[in-house]
Amino acid sequence: MTHISVNVDGTTYEDEVEPRLLLIHYLRDRLGLTGTPIGCDTSNCGACTVELDGESVKSCSVLAVQADGSEVTTVQGLAQDGEWTGLQKAFHEQHGLQCGYCTPGMIMAARDLLRENPHPSSDDVRQALEGNLCRCTGYQNIVRAVLAASGQEVPA
Amino acid sequence: MTDQMAGPEVGRSRARKEDAHLITGQTNWTDNIQVSGLLHLAILRSPMAHARLDRVDVSAALDRPGVIAAFTGRDLADGMGSMPCVWPVTEDIVMPDHPAVAVDEVRYAGDPIAVVVARDRYTAADALEAIEVDYTPLPPVLDLEDALAEGAPLVHSDKGTNRCYVWPLATGESFDAVRERADLVLKRRYIQQRLIPNAMEPRAVVVTPLAASGEYTLYSSTQVPHIARVLLAMVTGIPEQKLRVIAPDVGGGFGSKLQVYGEEALALAVARKLGRPVKWTESRSENYQATHHGRGQIQDIEIAATRDGKLLGLKVDLLADMGAYLMIITPGTPLLGAFMYPGIYKMDAYDFTCTGVFTTRTPTDAYRGAGRPEATFAIERIMDDLAVELGLDPIELRRRNWIRHEEFPYTSVAGLTYDSGNYEAATEKALALFGYDKLRAEQADRNERGDTVRLGIGVSTYTEMCGLAPSRVLRDLRYAAGGWEAATIRMLPTGKVEVVTGTSPHGQGHATCWSQIAADALGVPFEDVEVVHGDTRAVPQGMDTYGSRSLVVGGIAVHHAAEKVVAKARKVAAHLLEASENDLEFTNGVFSVKGSPEARKTIQEVAFETFSSHDLPDGMEPTINAEHLVDPENFSYPHGTHLCAVEVDTETGQTRIRSYVCVDDVGKVVNPMIVEGQVHGGLAQGIAQALYEEAVYDDEGNLLSGTMADYLVPSAADLPDFVTDRTETPSTLNPLGVKGVGEAGTIASTPAVVNAVVDALRPLGVADVRMPCTPQRVWEAIEEAAR
Ligand code: FES
Ligand code: FES
Repeated sequence: MTHISVNVDGTTYEDEVEPRLLLIHYLRDRLGLTGTPIGCDTSNCGACTVELDGESVKSCSVLAVQADGSEVTTVQGLAQDGEWTGLQKAFHEQHGLQCGYCTPGMIMAARDLLRENPHPSSDDVRQALEGNLCRCTGYQNIVRAVLAASGQEVPA
Repeated sequence: MTDQMAGPEVGRSRARKEDAHLITGQTNWTDNIQVSGLLHLAILRSPMAHARLDRVDVSAALDRPGVIAAFTGRDLADGMGSMPCVWPVTEDIVMPDHPAVAVDEVRYAGDPIAVVVARDRYTAADALEAIEVDYTPLPPVLDLEDALAEGAPLVHSDKGTNRCYVWPLATGESFDAVRERADLVLKRRYIQQRLIPNAMEPRAVVVTPLAASGEYTLYSSTQVPHIARVLLAMVTGIPEQKLRVIAPDVGGGFGSKLQVYGEEALALAVARKLGRPVKWTESRSENYQATHHGRGQIQDIEIAATRDGKLLGLKVDLLADMGAYLMIITPGTPLLGAFMYPGIYKMDAYDFTCTGVFTTRTPTDAYRGAGRPEATFAIERIMDDLAVELGLDPIELRRRNWIRHEEFPYTSVAGLTYDSGNYEAATEKALALFGYDKLRAEQADRNERGDTVRLGIGVSTYTEMCGLAPSRVLRDLRYAAGGWEAATIRMLPTGKVEVVTGTSPHGQGHATCWSQIAADALGVPFEDVEVVHGDTRAVPQGMDTYGSRSLVVGGIAVHHAAEKVVAKARKVAAHLLEASENDLEFTNGVFSVKGSPEARKTIQEVAFETFSSHDLPDGMEPTINAEHLVDPENFSYPHGTHLCAVEVDTETGQTRIRSYVCVDDVGKVVNPMIVEGQVHGGLAQGIAQALYEEAVYDDEGNLLSGTMADYLVPSAADLPDFVTDRTETPSTLNPLGVKGVGEAGTIASTPAVVNAVVDALRPLGVADVRMPCTPQRVWEAIEEAAR
């Protein structure tokens, strides 16, 4: 067992964890922060994407011990005082989700993109989200949502 | 209370009610459920396609710290029936026993062998390694044609054959007769590769038992809580009234969760044995092996036509891969396509035979479209080949044969009556959006120049069968259940509304659409409506969600239930206003007396009056709740035209979709934004079959495409922007004129894309490319043509 101290969505947690415990399981099973789902076991789907010290990572490919001393942001930490972020609003308004399973990961990955490239083209968005799979939307409305959140005109 | 509505809700693009909790992570996936004392299940699965189990010993696993129990198939067999198949398509169908956990023999890689129960999921997974199994390998059965040969190894040796059934259909003239008078008979073989449905949420099951009363609550990531409840009660012997099934948030299904799975049954059995709550969550690799697959057919198809391009008849011979066991509708899945091969075309003869074949592979069952994509693929591919033979433009050949707008209702050669349609309008609109002539010119130019990047244009005009299904039709097809759907509307004392629906969504936006329908019929604000679904206790009756049935059957039930509420409210309002019912007008939720508009009651005020019940008409029951069950009279038939342009690099075999245009006619549209979203998702899946996806097995029957790293689910970077549009030809068979949309995109897109790929390569002598049209396959097809 290893001691870790992690700040998740603004709250600091001190825990003893097995060295092999994945961050995603730490978040979901230990902290009960189930807003971030798991879609695969090969780090291909991106459903589990969170931010680790401001960088988006697939939390199924990070060990909980690697997050020691770090700040983690999950989709549950985005809305402040019930006020959604621009990306959350855009996903809603552009119908960028259907079953919603991929959505937390999509939103977290899109945040990363917009930080690096505040005015992406539609191709930029598609490239940036390559590691996040969605089976429901066909991606078009996800792309629209990200463009809309970046303040760009969305093609009808 | 508002008595003014902003205009009709139906037809309006509404952002969805269900989004709020999904985009903030307040989700309720089955795997999120935590209860005290929860134990975790892990399942040992067969590493071999086919083997006898000589010994399964779980004792070493039991010795591991944290392990609570472990069970073999034999341990669990007590008190458990065979997993059900409810569609015995013929009288003499072969129905093998299907234990939830294998007892004597494993029949596909992934077949469950034993179950470990532990305090946490890591311990459970680790303990699987300690289970000892002695196998005697048996020969795998992989090839559909070999499986039927004399002396082939048997998947189920007690059955003496790998032939599950033979299901024939012959309608119209005999095909042999039209063959005689045809100028041309074209014969083709198409392969429908196996696909892995890949709902993003893996399956998960939680069972909480209540030992004292013998009651069980089963949470499952399922499309069919009601069907699962009936069948799991039968399999486990748990009395149905003591089994509550809840489908919480469900992360996609596409048919793969239209199922009653062994894992649901074994979780119930383990919870019953231990008296403790248990959870099982599938990993993606398990999902690839153990969640049913889709498609899997060899299609031999013949088409007969005259020289001027008039179709005379069609003959279809299918071999359909059942996999190792029959899941709930495995045998019937190909038959959902049986009636659809003639598509939108007029012809005189139709001859269809499907042979179901057992193999030692994961069972197949419904996957988005279920039978109809396969049918549409075959007819639309062969229409293109026929156009080439006849020297006709593929659009022109279709025009010469399709049912014209004024000919509806039209009974197809396969015996289905299409209620309404306008193929001309949809096609004209699609061609204009696509810029067909310009693209053809560019194609000719590239061909002339011998460009290494060729342009190909593919079309698919389709119809599909939605609204499953009229119960009498299901009886005729030997499907065990009905096709009705239930809805209840409860007007609450405060005037708010609960819509209780028997459909069970997994991303389709029922809460929003059903609110729109109820708001219109009741004249209440959209925001005042709440939709309840997916819990057999809160929703006692239902037939759930699959086959694009929800709106056309379930949505119509909501509409009729609302009408019943209004009818009763009218009686109460008349009583309160001391007027005759006939003198009442009902607009925007307000009853008013004709001629004296100040005498009025809103339906929400009436709801309160029926709650207090102080002053109701004599003999009237309190409250204004109403239930309606609807059994559709007929299917509905959406249709459309899809056009795809691809660029194929003849040096690398790489295909790029240059543009994709579709015009779908799904009848009246309740929420255009949701319809568009459904079309997009369907296109992605259909294109994926055409270009990317295939469940690949090696010669031993191992699933080579066993993880997401080996099975190409397309990402945003693999797909183009789609141009989607629509025409609206209302259904004549329901009061809303709706037809259903969930599968249209998938059904139409696969042939459009493959037609485009083949069209690009025809000048190089390529006549067909087998799906998925990967760079490798395309390149090989080009090489072969050059030889
Ligand atoms: S669960 Fe982490 S990438 Fe799929
Ligand atoms: S919305 Fe269902 S997986 Fe993306």
